[in-house]
Amino acid sequence: VFTEEDKYGLYCNLLLKYFLAEGVVCGHDLFVASAKEHPDNILKELPAPLLDGTYRNELGEEATAVKSEDFQDSMKIAWRYQNLPKMEASPTTSTKFGHYYDVSKTMSPELFQSIKWHSFYLPEELSLQPKMKTCNMNSAYARLLQSIQRIIYQEGFDGCDPQKKQKNILRIGIQSLGSVLWGDDICSSDTPEDIHSLTKFLYVLRGLLRKSLSACIITVPAHLIQNKAIMERVTNLSDMVVGLESFIGSERETNPLYKDYHGLVHVHQIPRLNSLICDVSDTKDLAFRLKRKLFTVE
Amino acid sequence: QGKFTLLRDTRTDGSFLVHHFLSFYLRAGCKVCFVALLQSFSHYNIVAQKLGVSLTAAKERGQLVFLEGLKSCLDLLFGEEEEQSGQPSPLQFISESASDLRALFDFIRTSLTPAGSDSWKGPVLLVDDLSVLLSLGARPVAVLDFIHYCRVVVCSQLKGNIVVLVHSNEDSEDEENELVVNSLCHHSDLILWVEGLVTGFCKDVHGQIKIIKRVSLELTAEQDLVQIYQYKIQDKNVTFFARGLSAAVL
Repeated sequence: VFTEEDKYGLYCNLLLKYFLAEGVVCGHDLFVASAKEHPDNILKELPAPLLDGTYRNELGEEATAVKSEDFQDSMKIAWRYQNLPKMEASPTTSTKFGHYYDVSKTMSPELFQSIKWHSFYLPEELSLQPKMKTCNMNSAYARLLQSIQRIIYQEGFDGCDPQKKQKNILRIGIQSLGSVLWGDDICSSDTPEDIHSLTKFLYVLRGLLRKSLSACIITVPAHLIQNKAIMERVTNLSDMVVGLESFIGSERETNPLYKDYHGLVHVHQIPRLNSLICDVSDTKDLAFRLKRKLFTVE
Repeated sequence: QGKFTLLRDTRTDGSFLVHHFLSFYLRAGCKVCFVALLQSFSHYNIVAQKLGVSLTAAKERGQLVFLEGLKSCLDLLFGEEEEQSGQPSPLQFISESASDLRALFDFIRTSLTPAGSDSWKGPVLLVDDLSVLLSLGARPVAVLDFIHYCRVVVCSQLKGNIVVLVHSNEDSEDEENELVVNSLCHHSDLILWVEGLVTGFCKDVHGQIKIIKRVSLELTAEQDLVQIYQYKIQDKNVTFFARGLSAAVL
């Protein structure tokens, strides 16, 4: 899953933490990679899960606040859409998928005890020599790939070891790939020296994910990448691409249409795997907001 | 026979055509070399089964040679030196600074050149998708040279067919990709151009397909034949219909 970061990185990091938090609650193993923030610190800030009883109350508060607005304005031009059901702001209990979190609290350390997590903090990894053929790839990326490959192999996520007791899933979160901190100049230059490192990295990563029980979310400061050809290629190499656009500092901040929201969610691509068809939802215009406790997309 | 078909998609995913051609040629009894660069074998196998063909069985009887690009790349980068057999990896170009695709071409040529005991009807080369080669560092000229060599062997010498998928976007800033796509268009016998609707997403019409028969290449002063249909993709099938006549509208 490829996430285009919002300008100040606030919301995409929240998504990354949600992804990792869900992994903890489900008992999956985690692999966290970053060039700027130590993964231990990222893991200390995961949101606390809402236990069954409480989440409905939390959502209830949110829902009533929203309903107090008048949604009955009739539509004049788009009248055909008047009769379509509104997208459910709060999921009904029958369609519960995943867990809900309270962003005002951090996850307690006890929850981490049952899972294994692995971290890759670039400044600490620079001393190691990559053993794989770097194939002209940026060495930070090469090291990261090697680290991921090693964990997949050693921990048995690729099914190579039939002795392995139970199969588990590895959730990989990579923060701000492509940024200057990874040694790549695609975010800082119009004519980067090496435009292929990132795409080669993604291709090899895709190969690793396909042959193992793992899933990966990557955030990228796409707004900084001048060479749009790279973004087009990156999109083709990803299964799912989501862009977050925050309203901070933009003219949309004062647009009355968006007054309840903090930003927009752009779904650029959805996965089409093992099937001719893909799972397209009915709603295409999505916005997000971050209240004190909940991050919602509607 | 001896035809080069270009599959092109814009603003949508044209891979359903790849699945179609794969099962079509296998059912027809052709020997197929499939260069699958972006998805795993099991992805194609699961879809092929819905279309009535087993890729595993085809591989076992020697009818299908499947190059799984992702796996090949991993073997190249993480494989131990001793594991490498005498043959260079088809994706050798990724790890070398010389970016010609000779190893890939040799792999294809070896796969499709008929052995004495083969009784398959005509060889077919299928590529999904060519644009990925550029992302892996191949230069556009190298990609075009590679295709040219493949045509000489597969289409001219072996009288087989080639089907290649490329992506293209309007207003694309990927000049290298546009160069490759435009050049291939000029040399294709048949172009199937799949596009997302200009009006945006629609549940009943997933896109439009333009079928361009490059009659003009035959130097008979005729114009290319262009037909346009719309389509909807379903779980085991794709339905085509004339524009504006989707079942949802009628």
